[in-house]
Amino acid sequence: MTETFDLMPVLPELLVVLAAMGLLMLGVFRKGDGTASTTSLAAVTLLVAMLLTWAVGGAERVLAFGGLFVLDPFAVFAKVAILAASTIALVMSLNYLDKEKLGRFEYPILILLATLGMMMMVSANDFLSLYLGLETQSLSLYVLAAFHRDSTKATESGLKYFVLGSLASGMLLYGVSLVYGFSGTTSFDGLAKIFGGEHAAHPHLGFVAGLVFVLAGLAFKISAAPFHMWTPDVYEGAPTPVTSFFAVAPKIAAMALLVRVMTGPFGDMTEQWRQIIVFIALGSMFVGAFAAIAQSNIKRLMAYSSIGHVGFMLAGVAAGTAAGVQAVLVYLGIYLTMNVGVFAVILSMRQKGRLVEGIDDLAGLGKTNPAMAAAMAVLMFSMAGIPPMAGFIGKFYVFKAAVDAGLYTLAIIGVLTSVVSAYYYLRIIKVMYFDEAVESFDRASSKALGLVMAAATVVNIVFVAVPGPLLTSAKAAAAVLFPAAG
Amino acid sequence: MFTIGLAHYLTVAAILFTLGVFGIFLNRKNVIIIMMSIELMLLAVNLNMVTFSSYLNDLVGQVFTMFILTVAAAEAAIGLAILVVFFRNRGTIAVEEISQLKG
Repeated sequence: MTETFDLMPVLPELLVVLAAMGLLMLGVFRKGDGTASTTSLAAVTLLVAMLLTWAVGGAERVLAFGGLFVLDPFAVFAKVAILAASTIALVMSLNYLDKEKLGRFEYPILILLATLGMMMMVSANDFLSLYLGLETQSLSLYVLAAFHRDSTKATESGLKYFVLGSLASGMLLYGVSLVYGFSGTTSFDGLAKIFGGEHAAHPHLGFVAGLVFVLAGLAFKISAAPFHMWTPDVYEGAPTPVTSFFAVAPKIAAMALLVRVMTGPFGDMTEQWRQIIVFIALGSMFVGAFAAIAQSNIKRLMAYSSIGHVGFMLAGVAAGTAAGVQAVLVYLGIYLTMNVGVFAVILSMRQKGRLVEGIDDLAGLGKTNPAMAAAMAVLMFSMAGIPPMAGFIGKFYVFKAAVDAGLYTLAIIGVLTSVVSAYYYLRIIKVMYFDEAVESFDRASSKALGLVMAAATVVNIVFVAVPGPLLTSAKAAAAVLFPAAG
Repeated sequence: MFTIGLAHYLTVAAILFTLGVFGIFLNRKNVIIIMMSIELMLLAVNLNMVTFSSYLNDLVGQVFTMFILTVAAAEAAIGLAILVVFFRNRGTIAVEEISQLKG
């Protein structure tokens, strides 16, 4: 068979990488400050890449680069979500970069490169491309976390993220080396073949050790429970627009990657990895529910909230079925809308031109800025999973998948921790509507933030009426990972 | 006659990897030692990869090693850059001093 060198499946990635290099040139050789123009061009690039992803992705599974790269509906779904999240994060940061005098043209380029890494991650079909995508993403994110280089907090968060991120990469790699050694291949398709069917029941111990290391590395990247320590520090220390980027796009990419690895090469070994996933899901739910209660910084609170959400998503992964994967994808889509909305609110929290991050600072928002308070209230209800908001539907599908797979304990504990976490979401609503205002926020926040806030709120309200598009595309995306069942 | 086989190489790599992990967690002195520990972990992985590659008569492991070496260089560069900006702000790189963010 002759190998054709078809670049069509990687067209969106090519566009992003060429744009990143072109914009770098533009930024360097341009006279004066080019932040605004590079940022807008980067946002346009991401939007075009999103359309391209849509255009090149068909219903089939297409391999490229000798099987290292795969394009299927699952990858398309994840990529569209990642590109949407990155674009929104980029648009939301323009106002901040301008006001904080942080404008450097490298910022949008780093976001482009991180997004490129994420796109490679979700399309990885081999541990080699997985590793390269993951590192492209991580290396850009380390720099982004420390982007505010004169701030002690930002540099500290960057340093912590770097050390723990490298540790996770090291563990992942050690796992990959063991998997390679005990199977002789790093290709996902090859591994699925070797460990498919009856071989799955009694794998070699070395292989299982490798699987555990890989899982630990990936659990770090999605900030699941025993590996979550970096999340609150990085969320709090990093500049707020960077946090809003961290909260969504890398989470989607890492979660999609985890799903692909667990259902692809280890697809027939569900019994081997299920208990690990259940354990980290339970841990994340507990940490997300209880550690967030004592927080007074809203970015830190969002960090713990995201750990909790990851726990709920992992319940869907633990099911190990097409329905479970569909639930995870639906949850990811809803998580995207909730988080960009909340971060649009956080980015609008300015008093006398200074960004504030305390939950107390929201006091009396219901009187001083009713529209923003209403948006935040809707998003908090959605996060807590109160019907009829979108967040409820996400949780419903995830727990339904877990129950259908016989994981009753996990589902019950999940619902209980979700009730506990409702406490701190509702506390924010209480602070906004029933506490006395100390000082109101500045009026003139940017149009883009208001638009994102309004759109996210509307989506979270009306999703219950039109869940169709997301559900069907998530179903199609999940089905491709389970060819035997479909 | 005593011959050095696969298991010996794997043991050495495992010991190096463990030393790297412990170097990160038990070290109380400064961040440079953490960076060295990270390198040690990656080199242990490389040793593993090359060993398996030779044992399996398969080139993928060696190709992987080349990629890991390259990425490790980039990672060290970025880590040191972040460390430099941290040092400029705080005037120290002692591990105990990295404690502004907690809770």
